Amino acid sequence: MSLAARSLFRTFLQASATRGIHTTPRVEQSSSREAQRVTCTLIPGDGVGPELMYSLQEVFKAAGVPVDFEPYFLSEINPVLSAKLEDVVASISKNKICIKGIISTPDYSTEGELQTLNMKLRNELDLYANVVHVRSLPGVKTRHKNIDSVIIREQTEGEYSALEHESVPGIVECLKIITAKKSMRIAKFAFDYATKNNRKKVTAVHKANIMKLGDGLFLRSCEEMAKLYPRIEFEKMIVDNTTMQMVSNPNQFDVMVTPNLYGNIIDNLASGLVGGAGVVAGASYSAEAVVFEPGARHTFAEAVGKNVANPTAMLLCGTKLLRHINLPKYSDIIQSALIKVLDDGKVRTKDIGGQSTTQDFTKAVIYNLH
Amino acid sequence: MALRLSSRFIKTPFLARGYPLVVGKEKGEEIAHSKTTVQKKLLTRIPGAQYGGRHSCTMLPGGGIGPELMTYVRDIFQYAGCPIDFEVIDIDPTSAGNDDLDYAIMSIKRNGVALKGNIETKSEDIDATSRNVALRNELDLFVNVIHTRSFEGVPSRHKDIDIVLIRQNTDGEYAMLEHESVRGIVESMKVVTEENASRVARYAFDYARRNNRKRVTTVHKANIMKLSDGLFLEVANKLSKEYPEIEHNNMIIDNTCMQLVSNPKQFDVMNMTNLYGTIVSNVICGLIGGAGLLSGRNYGDHYAIFEPGTRNTGTAIAGKNIANPIAMLNASVDMLNHLGHREHAKVISQAIHQTLVVDRIHTPDIGGNHSSTDIIENILRILSKKRVHWNHDAINV
Repeated sequence: MSLAARSLFRTFLQASATRGIHTTPRVEQSSSREAQRVTCTLIPGDGVGPELMYSLQEVFKAAGVPVDFEPYFLSEINPVLSAKLEDVVASISKNKICIKGIISTPDYSTEGELQTLNMKLRNELDLYANVVHVRSLPGVKTRHKNIDSVIIREQTEGEYSALEHESVPGIVECLKIITAKKSMRIAKFAFDYATKNNRKKVTAVHKANIMKLGDGLFLRSCEEMAKLYPRIEFEKMIVDNTTMQMVSNPNQFDVMVTPNLYGNIIDNLASGLVGGAGVVAGASYSAEAVVFEPGARHTFAEAVGKNVANPTAMLLCGTKLLRHINLPKYSDIIQSALIKVLDDGKVRTKDIGGQSTTQDFTKAVIYNLH
Repeated sequence: MALRLSSRFIKTPFLARGYPLVVGKEKGEEIAHSKTTVQKKLLTRIPGAQYGGRHSCTMLPGGGIGPELMTYVRDIFQYAGCPIDFEVIDIDPTSAGNDDLDYAIMSIKRNGVALKGNIETKSEDIDATSRNVALRNELDLFVNVIHTRSFEGVPSRHKDIDIVLIRQNTDGEYAMLEHESVRGIVESMKVVTEENASRVARYAFDYARRNNRKRVTTVHKANIMKLSDGLFLEVANKLSKEYPEIEHNNMIIDNTCMQLVSNPKQFDVMNMTNLYGTIVSNVICGLIGGAGLLSGRNYGDHYAIFEPGTRNTGTAIAGKNIANPIAMLNASVDMLNHLGHREHAKVISQAIHQTLVVDRIHTPDIGGNHSSTDIIENILRILSKKRVHWNHDAINV
């Protein structure tokens, strides 16, 4: 009974929110130019993903962004409802851009399949470079101020090769693959990213003192590539030291380039430094396509339907997407509205110390669009 | 003993063998006049610069009118939404060293593609080589292609010219090998290599075949330089047998110039050595309306540079807002085509054509009285009515 009452209430709330949204005036472009509408693949993901996507779509609608979404529900824990991977891949290859929530991954495999759905998607599209931009946001209380670093992670090989076997009962071997080609490629990506965004330093994170061959190859590839970029400082750091430096003095880092697993750990650690999984945006690049997704991979499944998730990360993903497709004007409008809401601090979600709901936050962003 | 052993162990670099990668120059190696085959092979190892459908390109504004023209290109690219990110590198013309140039070369190696104005070499020092030539040699851009076409409405002596000039870009008189063996006697070497001559001739014939051209004319002076130009001609003759559907003839350079100004329509594709190429290209540019219209493309096995067709700096008219931006815009369209962004290239080149032919907005060099910015504003106005998808027809390069 109480459940029914609650859902009824929520429906009303949503209805009122929708009405509020549509009274917001559209943003007029200064020139009379009609931009062609862009189609973007949308994967809501598990956990709070669909709620965040709803928030993003409302903001896009209110800002009059000429982007249409092509939604595909892709899920590993909900295989019955999931769209086919081939369809999703075809859609992303066609559109070249995708925005994606987090797809949750079960801890154990029931069918003996070692590759997760996320990994399959990455391998299909060759999304080799994961870029997570960790930045301190105004109005988010954290221990460290003015963090602004970019973590670039190789995400198609290394520990994620899904090559594991039990050669003798009780002994499991897991292969970590490092290739010169992919290491070169990620190193070049990192240096090109640094060049393009006027960054000064690239730090290679490794553990070559222990894994002399595997990480040694990665490190050597980075060193070789660094010679091509004499105007960018290059340094290397062992992963354990990196994590310590990260929590004690994170401002020393600019662009970091890492193999797969280290990158995953550092992404999450750095996200924690600036306010958690709800405020960090990321993107995965192949040569052809980009998938924008939150930087720290948490589905936040315990908050499903509670209307408490922070849409900041997803909105930042949206602004990055708009900049990628040459719509910087819309991107700036949404970003400044978002920053203003965070800066005012009146509407905050639970994770950054407030009591507001996802919907309140979205509405606040929409009211600040101008 | 133990000490010696350990020192040996330390000295041997770990993972010493493996994937070579040429990065910059070895110690003491100056900018060479041509690359050995081994060096060429080593250059291939650098992965391309395409990320998420966007390309990174090097932009070398150069001297004179270069910087202003580059601003126009960036305005138009931004407006048309071309998925290109430029890495701008300024080369200081007054500096004696080649640091900026080395950096520019490295940047082109990383990005694979560059858009370039003409770089000034101010230094009169005999050791200072032309930076433009150094750039081409270092990147092994062995062929220069200029497609000359008459523009309707631009005053010129001949109408309907359509000639493709294919010029050897690294050998020949530009080998930069000169010396004074006895006081008062200077010798300058002209180098023709079979390898480079055949690469260029093959490019010319392939180009003719790809674009349904009928004839290739090899321009030479083999009656005087029997060995060097003779080799160039012989290589072209030999290769022409592999392309039976394409007519091949040859013409001596002095006669070529006369034929060009009196009856240019007899030429289709022209295959030339370095110095003849620059002479012929300037003759033709003069015939159809001057230095401000045509674009040139430089190709090597791995890299491509796009620039205005005649390599003039235009220092005299810099900052006066009268430079003709069409040549540089055509070069940028060539670049978009090369990278596979055909839709953007098509829209921009249509806008250029409309401005020049339909709206007749001409700068003083082709008899108009409009400024450079008038042209750009008109192109932007035309583009504002066009719709271009941000990433149309992108193909893997």
